Amino acid sequence: MYKKWFFIFIGPSVVGVGVFVLLPFADVVKRSFMTVMSQEFVGLDNYRRVFSNQAFALAVKNTVRFTATAIPLLVLAGLVIALVLAKINDTRVIKSLYLFPMAMPTATVVIVWRMFFYRQDFDSLVAGYLWKNLGYTLVLWLAGIAAIPNELVEAARVDGARWFRCLLYVKLPCLKGSLYTIVVLSFLNSFKIYREAYLVAGSYPKEEIYLLQHIFNNWYVNLELDKLSAATVLVGAFLLVFILVLNRLWKV
Amino acid sequence: MRLVRRIVNRTVEMTVKLIFIVMGVVICMPVFLVVTGSVMGSTDLQECLAPVFLEGQGFVTWKLIPQYPTLEHYKRLLIETPQFFILFWNSIKITLFILAGQLAVGVPAAWAFAVYDVRGKNMLFLVYVVLMLLPFQVTMLSSYIVLNKLSLLNTHWAVILPAVFNTFPVFVAYGGFRAIPKPLIEAARIDGAGEFYIFTRIGLVLGKGGILSAVVLGFLEYWNMIEQPLAFLKDKALWPLSLYLPEIEWTQAGFSFAASIVMLIPAVFVFVMGQDYLEQGIIYSGLKQ
Repeated sequence: MYKKWFFIFIGPSVVGVGVFVLLPFADVVKRSFMTVMSQEFVGLDNYRRVFSNQAFALAVKNTVRFTATAIPLLVLAGLVIALVLAKINDTRVIKSLYLFPMAMPTATVVIVWRMFFYRQDFDSLVAGYLWKNLGYTLVLWLAGIAAIPNELVEAARVDGARWFRCLLYVKLPCLKGSLYTIVVLSFLNSFKIYREAYLVAGSYPKEEIYLLQHIFNNWYVNLELDKLSAATVLVGAFLLVFILVLNRLWKV
Repeated sequence: MRLVRRIVNRTVEMTVKLIFIVMGVVICMPVFLVVTGSVMGSTDLQECLAPVFLEGQGFVTWKLIPQYPTLEHYKRLLIETPQFFILFWNSIKITLFILAGQLAVGVPAAWAFAVYDVRGKNMLFLVYVVLMLLPFQVTMLSSYIVLNKLSLLNTHWAVILPAVFNTFPVFVAYGGFRAIPKPLIEAARIDGAGEFYIFTRIGLVLGKGGILSAVVLGFLEYWNMIEQPLAFLKDKALWPLSLYLPEIEWTQAGFSFAASIVMLIPAVFVFVMGQDYLEQGIIYSGLKQ
């Protein structure tokens, strides 16, 4: 009965998503098996070329290294600060200060970046990421902590649990949902570090900060669309599996 | 004893608070640097920045209060550089069109997900979540193919249209709609209200928080657009400020600082007006389904 209304309300969105994302993605998959110019079917050739491409290997390595360093750091730093802040009344001003980098356009800070991160290396990239994303991580952790039922903590205290045991066995298990959210959003935002990396160092930065985003952009600019489509399918498939696994893990 | 303990607790709290505020101020340092830089004379600036930009090493020396503050850069920017307004207008136009489009398309979609139970809904929702999480680079080639077919490359529509169908705002607005009690909607139906009436009179009114959250998050995101215009706009006259600003040479640093401040003002305005919605939006974007 409400089926009709569901489709009326969601219709424009589904059509738009279909036309602008899903259908062309099918085209990308098709192209990943073809040559650019003559549109001949070449099987897995493009994939082979991507896998044997040294720049691609470097970009994957750097991106994995960046993600594996920056996200755990961000998640932990946010948690530690949130656990302390949760005990303090009236944290509005503090939250504003930490959230502010989110409002600062990259273009505005980029000149400051150039002044201080003239090394343009891996560490400054991680620092920039933490700087920008600490605020929302904090807000999410605080929301998660505020949602922990007080009775649970009280009960543990009555049973004689000290602060640390209370944290480990009562609070952290309650924060599993927040952890999932924070990891997913931090991951999503980790790709946007390309803005800083690109604006500070251009299309061909130092080797250690040459990311997947750079190689995607460079192949696009150079119209190497065969390799680009194969790489798009590979990275897209990887992300799909990653998101679904996270989603499954979290629901259990 | 109790009094002593209270005093100690209070002191500890104040100290911790102070530490966090100092850390927060350090985090916001770049703003102060840009503000002072924008009113510093050109020769002063050159002197300060030369070690980094000429020799590529050493540290910048910075005076937090410039010796001879000047408005020369603002004057040059706002009075002598009409091109600046074109870029500023590009930014405004792109951002407003995207937000309007996202509201028109995304808000009803969020309502559909929140209110109607249809078979296959969860599957579709998962598709939306996955799409929300895909980075621009993965959807870039797809967008390029469509935009090319529609001959929209190198027009503002090339950055506006793909962003309108981004699924992130659907997710945020959905968080707001989900907070509306179902019995309220049932009661309205029993009273004979039509589905469309319920959406506009109950949904949009009570779900306002989620919608505004999507707007605030969206503004901060698209005011800062880099990847999309870089890929789809060749003509620099079409660029938004976010992409153009970093092109200014360091010898023009004062000019660049002043332009940065002008660009920062709308973002700060939205941030200050919408901080509650921003926080709410961050929380909604992480709601369980």
